[in-house]
Amino acid sequence: MSVATGERVIEFRDALREAMSEEMRNDTRVFLLGEEVAQYDGAYKVSKGMLDEFGERRVIDTPISESGFSGMAIGAAMRGLRPIVEFMSWSFSLVAADPILNNAAKMLYMSGGQFGCPIVFRGNDGAGGQLASTHSWSVESLYANVPGIKMAIPYDAYDAKGLLKTAIQDDNPVFFLESERLLSTTAHVPEEAYTIPFGKALTRRVGTDCTIISFGRPLHFCLEAAEELAKEGIDCEVIDGRTIRPLDIDSMVTSVKKTSACVVVDQSWSFASVGSEIASQIHAFCFDDLDNHVYRVHSDDVPTPYAYNLEQAYLPNSRKICEAVRQATYNA
Amino acid sequence: MTNTSPKSVIPSEPSKKTGAKLNFSNVPIPEKGVLLGWLRQMLLIREFEVRTMQAYQNRLIGGFCHIYIGQEAIAVGSIAAVNDDDPVVLAYRDHGHALARGMDPKNCMAEMFGRIGGCAKGKGGSMHMFDAEHYLYGGHGIVGAQTPLGTGLAFATKYEDEIINGGKSNHVTLCYLGDGALNQGCFYEAMNLASLQDLPVIFVLENNRYSMGTSIERGTSMAHDLRVKSEAHGIHHAIVDGKNVINLYQDFKSIADWCREESRPFFVEAQTYRYKGHSMSDPRKYRTKEEESNEEHNDCIDSLCAYLREESDVTEDAVKQMLRQVKSQVKQAVEWAKNSPEPPIEELYTDVYTDHWGPYTGTSKPEMLEGDA
Ligand SMILES: Cc1ncc(C[n+]2csc(CCOP(=O)(O)OP(=O)(O)O)c2C)c(N)n1
Ligand SMILES: [Mg+2]
Repeated sequence: MSVATGERVIEFRDALREAMSEEMRNDTRVFLLGEEVAQYDGAYKVSKGMLDEFGERRVIDTPISESGFSGMAIGAAMRGLRPIVEFMSWSFSLVAADPILNNAAKMLYMSGGQFGCPIVFRGNDGAGGQLASTHSWSVESLYANVPGIKMAIPYDAYDAKGLLKTAIQDDNPVFFLESERLLSTTAHVPEEAYTIPFGKALTRRVGTDCTIISFGRPLHFCLEAAEELAKEGIDCEVIDGRTIRPLDIDSMVTSVKKTSACVVVDQSWSFASVGSEIASQIHAFCFDDLDNHVYRVHSDDVPTPYAYNLEQAYLPNSRKICEAVRQATYNA
Repeated sequence: MTNTSPKSVIPSEPSKKTGAKLNFSNVPIPEKGVLLGWLRQMLLIREFEVRTMQAYQNRLIGGFCHIYIGQEAIAVGSIAAVNDDDPVVLAYRDHGHALARGMDPKNCMAEMFGRIGGCAKGKGGSMHMFDAEHYLYGGHGIVGAQTPLGTGLAFATKYEDEIINGGKSNHVTLCYLGDGALNQGCFYEAMNLASLQDLPVIFVLENNRYSMGTSIERGTSMAHDLRVKSEAHGIHHAIVDGKNVINLYQDFKSIADWCREESRPFFVEAQTYRYKGHSMSDPRKYRTKEEESNEEHNDCIDSLCAYLREESDVTEDAVKQMLRQVKSQVKQAVEWAKNSPEPPIEELYTDVYTDHWGPYTGTSKPEMLEGDA
């Protein structure tokens, strides 16, 4: 699966909307709910115009009641409806932690397979730009720990459409993590319907010296770092994991067996994280192929600060990735 | 609808538990000097917010930033009615309350500039104003999150007063929330607990009729009679005109004195309006220009000025003079904030724990920080 090269270029947010609208046209069981999604066109204009097309029974403004409306959507999903729940920010999903983790994730298992939960939770994840610690959550590591959910993190508009369509068609709960910082980025996105399967990583840059693995927005910094390192003669392969559950460890292992060095870039905190999980698996599966241990780049192990300079110091960036690659490849 | 310029509404029933009756009419209007002090505070908040918007547009402030213009009387009138050491806890539209509580505008502005001179060293920003010296237990960014904290602060003052100090409970907590927070479950848990445990906390609903682009009628059931929200928990309620600082003070004084005396919670709906957008990027398509200008016509500062002119011979010139002083004070605060340095990078790793530990990087061992906590 490779990135499309077509004529039409649209924004990431438009691609998300197109995925939802296509699925809603195809399947009346699909509906969208969340804060400000209807009359306000979405706090980030992702659902712009959807109220006009689908009406207020299928594009539903909710009060600020994350726990209530998430639980409500899960109840509807138990009956076979297919809700898309927009969190204005994944930071606010913490208010709904019980329904999304205890009910959505475990419904199928606890009912012995009788009641599934075909639902998508989606919204902005990660630091948005000086939003301070309550509003800057990167929830991937926190939630990836929970069995029963799937998790996708699109990096560009093409993947946003293809992965979101897969998410909506999936019969399981999918946590779909977008980035406010990427919503205005553009890419070629075909007008026709297409899906991108979960569990298939994408090699965004081919290289021979070090494998850099990441998801979502930090890939931008990985690609930047790879260009920088190329000038020093270090040729990096950049892998976009695309989904965290399922995780395409096979593609990652194949790459690391080729490069013998690996850096994982994960914007959530390091302790018990997606980054630590991938590093652990790479260590196990590539034990004899690695020239060095896996290096990791995360946000610093502190609550997200507000001040601009502190936030910049806190987040992963290409400088930190370059340093990690130099160390992993003994070029430090 | 009770939206038409409400006067204080006295709770219908005395508390079953205490049998106490509230007396709303006993609080005299304070003398001219006090009223002028409130006028100055409201002018200060408004001017501060005007400068805040400018600074935001000039990219000196980042993140989300919520402007309090239009609602100034509530912070000023309610905070004037409690003691300096009574706890106050806020939502994220918090600059006005911080100033009314006595925070220096310099520190408030510097916080938004992300500078070391900020009230939280630049770590919290606009939505998270904390000031221990003034018993200000924070602005809180998650809608509703401050309401159980308000209950907890009241739990603590009562515990301290009665159990640790062996006296009578003698504090009251002010806990502010927006109408959007009425829809969060935690608010009802907070009220239930406060009622069960007889805690002296006033939940101050600043009903500006919108949460972001959602009018209260679209987001909240029983929006026409919010008293039911607290009645369900056996908590007294009052509806007050959120634009009349004198009435606000009188009502809050009665209520606060009662809560202090009886050690019971209270729910006050202050009816108001935010003049500006929800945050700095809001085209306000969900309401009409006509509605906005009607609301701005009934302004808390204008009405206090009118009162002072008619009842206390305060001249237009005196008000203008005060405004000039306030403008220069805020200008100085902006300059001060600009000159305050960025927090040093080491600040990233302080205040995570009370003792030194970390940061954990995943690749190297946690680095123990040097020096004392
Ligand atoms: C749990 C949670 N959900 C959503 C948000 C985003 N948000 C911030 S303020 C706001 C509206 C709140 O309105 P209201 O409580 O009426 O306060 P006002 O802005 O009018 O002061 C929303 C939806 C949030 N901060 N926290
Ligand atoms: Mg409001």
